[in-house]
Formats: sequence, C-alpha cells, structure tokens
Amino acid sequence: MNNYSSMTIKKLHPLPVEKIKILQQKSLLYRRTIVQMIYRAKAGHTGGSLSCVDILNVLYNHIMNITPENFTEVNRDHYIHSKGHSVEALYAVLADKGFFPIKLLDHLEKHSSDFIGHPTRSVLGIEQNTGALGHGLSVAVGMALAAKKDGRPDRIFTVMGDGELTEGSIWEASASAAHYRLDNLIAIIDRNTLQITGRTADVMNMEPLEAKFTAFGYAVRHVDGNNVEELVTLLENLPFEPGRPNLVLARTVKGKGISFMEDQVQWHHRVPTEAEYAAALLELEQAEKYLEKADGHF
Amino acid sequence: MGISNLEIGKTNLDTFAQTLMELAANDRDILVVTSDSRGSGRVTPFAEKYPDQIVEIGIAEQNLVGVSAGLASAGKKVFVVSPACFLTARALEQIKNDVAYSDHPVKVIGISAGVSYGALGTTHHSLHDFAALQAINNIDIVAPADNFETTQAIRAAVHHPRPIYIRFGKKPMPDIHAPNAHFEIGKAIQLTPERERSDVALIATGETVAPTYLASRELEEQGITCCVLSLHSLRPFDEESVRQAAERSSMVITVEEHSVNGGLGSRVASFLMQAKIFRPLSIVGIPDEHTITGSQVEIFNHYGISPQGLSQNALNLLEKEAE
Repeated sequence: MNNYSSMTIKKLHPLPVEKIKILQQKSLLYRRTIVQMIYRAKAGHTGGSLSCVDILNVLYNHIMNITPENFTEVNRDHYIHSKGHSVEALYAVLADKGFFPIKLLDHLEKHSSDFIGHPTRSVLGIEQNTGALGHGLSVAVGMALAAKKDGRPDRIFTVMGDGELTEGSIWEASASAAHYRLDNLIAIIDRNTLQITGRTADVMNMEPLEAKFTAFGYAVRHVDGNNVEELVTLLENLPFEPGRPNLVLARTVKGKGISFMEDQVQWHHRVPTEAEYAAALLELEQAEKYLEKADGHF
Repeated sequence: MGISNLEIGKTNLDTFAQTLMELAANDRDILVVTSDSRGSGRVTPFAEKYPDQIVEIGIAEQNLVGVSAGLASAGKKVFVVSPACFLTARALEQIKNDVAYSDHPVKVIGISAGVSYGALGTTHHSLHDFAALQAINNIDIVAPADNFETTQAIRAAVHHPRPIYIRFGKKPMPDIHAPNAHFEIGKAIQLTPERERSDVALIATGETVAPTYLASRELEEQGITCCVLSLHSLRPFDEESVRQAAERSSMVITVEEHSVNGGLGSRVASFLMQAKIFRPLSIVGIPDEHTITGSQVEIFNHYGISPQGLSQNALNLLEKEAE
C-alpha cells in the first residue's frame, strides 16, 4: 500500500492551494520519470533520487530563478547537485523545465550519451560536474563569494546527502561559508538516514547534526523534505538570518513514494524488476488519481 | 632564442607576485586565493594593495581548490596559490573534478615546487605533480625556467582558456632568456643556435634549465655539440621541437626537478618511442627512493642535476655509445 493517504493538503501557506497541488503533481510526474529512466537504463540511484526529488521540485519550480533562457547568464540563482549519484532526480526536473527533450533520458548511461550516472556540464541546466562526494559545498561557497563580491543578489543552492557529511571537505567549506557570512548560500541536507552500507548513524555517527552545523555558524532549519508545502513555506523566507549561511536539515524517506522501496537500504541503487516496475507505476498512478480527487477537499 | 648574461636575478616566486600585482592593477576580476600561504607566496603586498582581490581560505587545500572553481565559474580570473606539495596531493581530487573535469579555467599556482623546501623533507616536496597532473586531462602544465618565462607564463595564464598549473621554486634564478625572447605556452624555447647536427639533445624543464644550459657550455668547450631546449610546458607537449631536437642529435638527456617516473623524461621517452625516433636516453631527476636530505642545491648535486653532473652524464652516455 502506498502512503499517499497521508497526502492531505493543509493550508499552511498563503500560496494558493492550486499551486501546491501543481507542485505535488509534478513530484509524482518526476517520480514516474525517475523510475522509468532507471528501469529502462537498468542502472541508477533509485532511493536517493526519490528522497530528494521534492526538494528539487520546489527549488526549480518555485524558489530558484533558473530557466533555459537565463542559464547562460551569471546573474541568476545557481544550483549544484552535490549528491551527484542522485542525478536521475535532477534529470527529471530539468527535462520538465525544458532544458532538453525528455526523450533524451532514454539514453541514460548509454555509450557516448551526455546523460551519465552523475551530473556534468555536458547537459544543459547543469553547471558543475559532481559525483565525488563532499565537493559541491566548496564550489557553492566560491560561487556565493563571487556573487557577494560583484554585488549580485544571486543565491547558490546545493543539495547534499547525509552520508556525504563524513567528508572532511564539507566541514572545511562550512567554516569558510560562515567566515564570509554567505547568507546567499543555501545548503540542503537530504536526511534520509540511509547510505549504501546501512543507517548513516551506524556507518559513522555524525549526530548531533543541528548542533554541529549551528556551531559552524549556519542558521539551521528543519523541514519535511518530502512535503512541498513545508518546503515552499521555509524556502520563501531566505535568508533565515542575515549574515549567516543557511542550512536545511530536510527529513526525507529514501525511496519515497513507492511503498516497497521506502526506507530500504537495498534501493540505494537497485533497479526494479519488471514486476516491481509495474507495481511502482501502479502506485504512482493511484497517487495521481488520489491527488486529482483531492481537488477541492483541502 | 637569446641567451642573456646568466646573472642571478630574482626568484621566480617574487617575479610571479610582482607580475600579478601589475596585472591586477587593470583587472579587478583577478583574484588570489590562498591557504594561509600569502607570505610563502609573496602575495602579502598584493593583499595589502588589493584587499578585495584576495580570498583567504586557511589551511584547507580541498576547500581552497573547490572555492576557486566556484569563483572561476562566475567569471573570476582565479590564481590559487599554495605550496605545490599540498596543492597537488591534498587537493588532487578537487583539481581533477572541480577544475579540470568541470572545465573552469583556474590558474593553479604551485609555489616552492620540487625540492625547494629542501631539508623540510618529503612532506614538503612535490616530485609527483607532473605525473599526477599529466594523468588528468584538461589541465595545462607549465614549469618556467627563469624570471622571463615566469612573467610570460603568468601573463598568458590570465586569459588562458583552460585550467593551467604553473609551478616554480623560491631560489634566485639566472636570467636565461633575453627580455625580447618569444614565449608561448606549449612551445619549447631552444637555447642553443640552430644546427643540423648535435651530439646531445638536452631537454630540461623549470629550474633545472639553468644547470642544464651551463652543462651544455662545459660540453661545448670539450667539443661536444649540444641542443638545449627549455621545455617549460609539459602540456601542451611540444612534439615538434622535441622531435627535431632528438632527430638532429645522437642522444637525448632529459632533466627535471621531479621523480624520474611520470614526468618530463617519461613523456619524452614515450613520445620518441612511439614516433620511432630511437636514441640513447638518460632521464635525470629524483630517483625512485627516499630522497636524500639537504638543501635544494645539495639534493640537485647529489642526483647529478648540476652542470658537472649533467656534463658527466653526457660524457658517460657518449662513451657507452662509442663502445
């Protein structure tokens, strides 16, 4: 059974309910795109893409000023996908935003394709090659510093995995983000509590994360990272505290939206079988129908 | 081509810092990024004169290079200045992914390169940087020989379209070139007159060019003709100059302040073999062993990177061929 029965839309936010609903529909569309491209390619990082896709959805469709039209300009918001292995979520969102035809995703991880298993600048809409963990935040600090130096209002967003936080470079970058008072930097942790070996806390316990990030000088906020309405509400209020870099601990569920993938470590990079694929699509279809029916019953 | 008077000039390090000061006066997009290395990099005056154009990162080389990539992505002309030993080892993955792979034209400046830190030991030596960076595509590699080459390399780097690594030491260098010499990244400079035939081709890079040139003068005095190349760029690698120097010579000696594995000598050997230019070859550098302790010049002398050592090496090679 899927968990969309909990998908009631509470009116937390002045954003019209219809707009929230559109974002929720997009999340379902992206989940469908992710599962489809991974099933067809027989490769990909299913769980992490499904956990972070609502964050990307809200960033690209509501918060960030990044479009195919302004992408070649410097004067806009910027995004770095530091947890590069979850590239399928980014591909799904960028295709929907019109950066490239969605059909190109049929070439995921195929010979000589630009659509490889990690983000590269060969794909329009992506501005930094990632894949080795712990790199995105430093590059984002550099971009945020450049914006400050040039007096540009641009904001730099990056999404990191929680398994990634054991990389020492994250903490080097954090010190510099606070030192340079980069309140135009927004670091979002996709806190799904799983990494390839198991629970993040069992592999290497980095808690208390809030205390650590706060001690490093961030303005830290918590959010349900799979709830678009909560994400909208939080991210519309940037910076959280002037003069401090922003850090969002986004509670998410790995494999979110497909019941049998949720919170299961094996779905870190498992590819669905034919039967699992059909079941996943069915769940998404049911969720879409539920959302459609929810119209007017907020 | 033009040989100056070989008088001792400034250090390449000071030349670098001064050149950057001049360039920054007219270009506010030039940024220097340091890892508590402004003193070592002689850029303290730069920081005082252009406080908005220096970014201090502290002793954190991975972040140093990552931040530099981010600054460069926003159009800044970034010179990241840090001891070569740390920059190209601790931050190698950032150079590979954030700079080279992501195609941000950061200017990676490795100061106090090779064995410049002498007796401070292997932690402070960079004898791996050519090897490591030659195995990473999309980053050019330059080791200037003297103040002239340093100035030219730094000037060229400002608008260089690709990532570039420039490494040099901190010892005063003799002026090898006349100020009107021609410098181009990727083009070797021949220090000896054009000749149809030479006994020995001596191909050197960086701060070993000076002792190599002096060795050639000793050899010439003994009637042994030499073709000396300052091959300041390992990438782009000037195949044409190396081909011509080797084809016109009976044997080849390469000289570098780097491990004998994976640097200039390996590159030259690989090229010549594949081009079917077969010549007796001696690769002079730091051998595959725990490096002897001592100052830079003591280490050079120990491993034969000296006028005497190199001319003796040439004589031995000639003698062996004559047998």
